[in-house]
Amino acid sequence: MSMGMSKIVKTVSSVVFPFIVIYGLYIIAHGHLTPGGGFQGGAVVASGCAMLLVAHGSIWTIGKIREKQLSILESTGAVAFILLALLGLVFGTVFFKNFLVGNKFLFGEIPGYLSRVANFNTGGVLPLMNFAVGLKVIAGLFAIVLVMAYATSTFKKGEMEDGKR
Amino acid sequence: MLKRDFAAVIFFTVVAVFFVFAALLTHPFGSPDNPVMDDYIIHNTQTEVGANNGVTSVVFDYRGFDTLGEATVLFTAVAGVILVFRRLKK
Repeated sequence: MSMGMSKIVKTVSSVVFPFIVIYGLYIIAHGHLTPGGGFQGGAVVASGCAMLLVAHGSIWTIGKIREKQLSILESTGAVAFILLALLGLVFGTVFFKNFLVGNKFLFGEIPGYLSRVANFNTGGVLPLMNFAVGLKVIAGLFAIVLVMAYATSTFKKGEMEDGKR
Repeated sequence: MLKRDFAAVIFFTVVAVFFVFAALLTHPFGSPDNPVMDDYIIHNTQTEVGANNGVTSVVFDYRGFDTLGEATVLFTAVAGVILVFRRLKK
């Protein structure tokens, strides 16, 4: 696993990877209109990253991105989520108040009761929270998979340095 | 061996009968027992929260504290896994 799989698997996973990422980002961005949201779309994107990790090996992947950067990204998502909730306390009345509903320029439109029109500019603070949670889930799940794969690949690396392969 | 198979068949039959009775004793589909909160959320989520997706409006607006706890659980899991597996690098 540390050296990756065959060239066919590497090529196919590299071709499929952008489509998986775009699908997951679509689920995150349309979380207030269609089924899904930050958690589900983040799980999709993290699964695509894990596919790339399995295909190319953990040594190649740890050269691209370190788990420290992933944990910084995850903390950014968590801080953004709590900050949005606290902004509800500042601009509204209570913690987790949806303070963007009804304004004119950003996610403020209100669909009528039983409206079936999927307008993206709705939802108040929900799309921003979806983005924050999505970033958190992407970075968190991929950090888990990356750290575990790299920790189990060190023995293979030691064998390689001894000249067995 | 035969006695164990017989006991397993009896056990799974009893469990299956319990499951079937539990499924028959639930309320019929589409008519919950106490629909006050469901009706409130269905009738007000598009005008109060402004989102067409009622589930996301419940998760991020009406029950925001639950989502905060969920995010905390995920953060704790990631921190624990990185803490455990970081020692094995040398």
